[in-house]
Amino acid sequence: MKIEKQDVEYIAELSRLELTGDEKELYSLQLDNILSWMEELNKTDTSKVEPTAHILGLENVLRPDISELFQDREAILKNAPQRESDFIKVPKVIE
Amino acid sequence: MSKFETVIGLEVHAQLNTATKMFCSCQLADYMAPANSSICPVCTGQPGALPVTNSKAVELGVKAGAALNCHVNGISVFARKNYFYPDLPKSYQISQFDRPLCEAGSVEIDLKPSGSKTIRVARAHLEEDAGKSLHALGSRALDYTLVDFNRCGVPLIEIVSEPDINSADEAYAYLTELKRLMQWAGISQCDMEKGELRCDVNISLKAAGTQELGHKVEIKNLNSFKAVKDAINHEIGRQTSMLESGETVAQDTRLWHEKEQKTVSMRSKEMAHDYRYFPEPDLVPLRITEDRLEAAKAKIGELPRARKARFMKDFGLNNYDAAVLTSDRYLSEVFDASMNKTTKVNAKAVTNLIAGEFLARANELKIQPEDYLSPKTILPANLAELAGMVTAGTTGPSAAKTIFAASWETGKKPEILLRELGLAQVSDTAQIEAWAKEAIEANQGAAQDFKNGSEKALGPIVGAMMKKSKGKANPKLANEMIKRLLAG
Repeated sequence: MKIEKQDVEYIAELSRLELTGDEKELYSLQLDNILSWMEELNKTDTSKVEPTAHILGLENVLRPDISELFQDREAILKNAPQRESDFIKVPKVIE
Repeated sequence: MSKFETVIGLEVHAQLNTATKMFCSCQLADYMAPANSSICPVCTGQPGALPVTNSKAVELGVKAGAALNCHVNGISVFARKNYFYPDLPKSYQISQFDRPLCEAGSVEIDLKPSGSKTIRVARAHLEEDAGKSLHALGSRALDYTLVDFNRCGVPLIEIVSEPDINSADEAYAYLTELKRLMQWAGISQCDMEKGELRCDVNISLKAAGTQELGHKVEIKNLNSFKAVKDAINHEIGRQTSMLESGETVAQDTRLWHEKEQKTVSMRSKEMAHDYRYFPEPDLVPLRITEDRLEAAKAKIGELPRARKARFMKDFGLNNYDAAVLTSDRYLSEVFDASMNKTTKVNAKAVTNLIAGEFLARANELKIQPEDYLSPKTILPANLAELAGMVTAGTTGPSAAKTIFAASWETGKKPEILLRELGLAQVSDTAQIEAWAKEAIEANQGAAQDFKNGSEKALGPIVGAMMKKSKGKANPKLANEMIKRLLAG
C-alpha cells in the first residue's frame, strides 16, 4: 500500500491536524516507510495462530459496581481551557 | 396500496441499570444533578487514566442477550470508535465492533388487529455514553456551548435490529416490546424522559415487489416512541413524493424537529463516517461461558409473552386482559400471587380488581412497581377473597371499591369489612322493588323515554336506584326490576 499525499490530508482532517505542504510530504514518506516495514509481518505464516485482541492474555478484568467519589473534580475542571460555573465552555458546535 | 414498501431498522440505546459508570467508579448522577458533579480522570479522558469494566454492566448485557434470544459470544472485545466532538473528552467512544457481546437474536411483536411478527436482532453490544452539550441556558441561547460530563461513561447497551420493520406501527410495537423486555429483566429502567432509552431510525423505500433498496436515511434525535412513529411517517411521505416525481433519495443523516414535525438534513462536517475502529488496548477481552447465559435465562424466568400465553391458557383470560396484566412484570406477579389463593372462576374478577382498583390506587399513591407485592398494597389473599365475593354476587361493584380501599389501608379481610361497613349486596326482591319504585318516581321523564323505546333512558333510573341503596342493590336484579315495573 502506497501512502499518497491525499491519504495524509484525509487522516489529518479526521485528526483535526493542520499540516503544511512540507509536513504532508514528509509524513506521507514516513507513513509509507512504516507501512512497508509492517508488510514484513504479512510474510509470517499465521494460519495456525489464534487471532487475539490483546497481548496480555488476560480475560474478564472487572470491577464491582460500587461507587466512589473522585475527590478533586476542581482539578479536572481546571484542566479545561475555559469554564463557566460547573460547565466546561467550548466554541459553539451547532449553527 | 402504495407503490413503495418501507424498510426500517432501529438502533436502540438503553441505559443499563447500574450504580456506576461503564469504566470508572463514578456514580450515575441524577439527571437533575449539578453539572460535572460525577466525573473523574477516567471518564473525562485525562492522560494516563485507565478504564476498568463494570461487572454489573457485563451481567446486564448477558441478561439482555438472554431476554433478546441472542447468541452470546464466548469472547467479545471492546473497540475504540474515533471521532471528535466536545462531549467526548477522549476523542473516542469505547464500544464494541467486530466482536459484540450478543448477536443473532429476535423479538416477537404483536401486530394490529391480530397476529405477530418476528423482528431479528442483529446485535447487542456494550458501550459508554457521551456527555451532554448545552446550546442554551433556559430560554437564553448561547453563542458558545457548555459541556457536562455527568453522562459521559454511563453504561449503555445498543440493540441493533435487522431491517425487518415495515411501518411506523411495527416500529412502535417493536420499541414497546423491547422496553417491556428490558424492564421485565431489570436490564434498564428505560425512562425516556431521563434519556435512558434513545432510538435512531434507518429507513429506505423500495419499489413494491422488488429487492433493490433505495439509499438509507438515518434519523437521529428521537426521544419518544411517538416521535419515532411521527418521524417515520413523515419520512415515508417525503421519500414517496420524491420517488414519485422521479428524484433519487440521497443517503443522509437527518434530525427530527418535534415542533415543525419534519426531518431536516444534518449536513454536518462532523458526520464523517470513518470511525477507524480498532480493539481497545486498555481493556482485555470478555469471556462469557454458555453456563452464564443459561444462568441469566434462569434468573429472568418466564418472559412476558410466555406469561401472557399461560394466563390465557390456565385462567381463561382474554387477549386484552392478559396483555394488560403482563405489561409489567410486577403487575403480573400480583395476579399470580392472587390466583394462588383462589380458583380459576375468580380469574376475571381478580383481573378487573388489578386493572382497575389496584392500578388506580398504586398510581395515586405513587407506589413503584417493585413494591406492588409489599405491605404497601393489598394482600394477594385479600384481593383474591374480594374477587370471590364479587363473582358470587355478595358484593356489588361500588361496595367492592370501598372494601378494596379499606382492605388496602387496614389489611383486614374483605369478609370482615363487608360486615363492619354494612355493605353486603341486597338481593331481597321486596327491598329491590321498593328502591326501584322510588327511583322511577324521581325520574318520570326518563321513565317515559324508556317506555317510548329509548334503552339509554334506563341509565339515570338505575343510577338513582344505586344511590338510594348506597350501592348495595344487586345491579342485575335492579335492572330487571326497573324494566319489569316500566313494562307493567
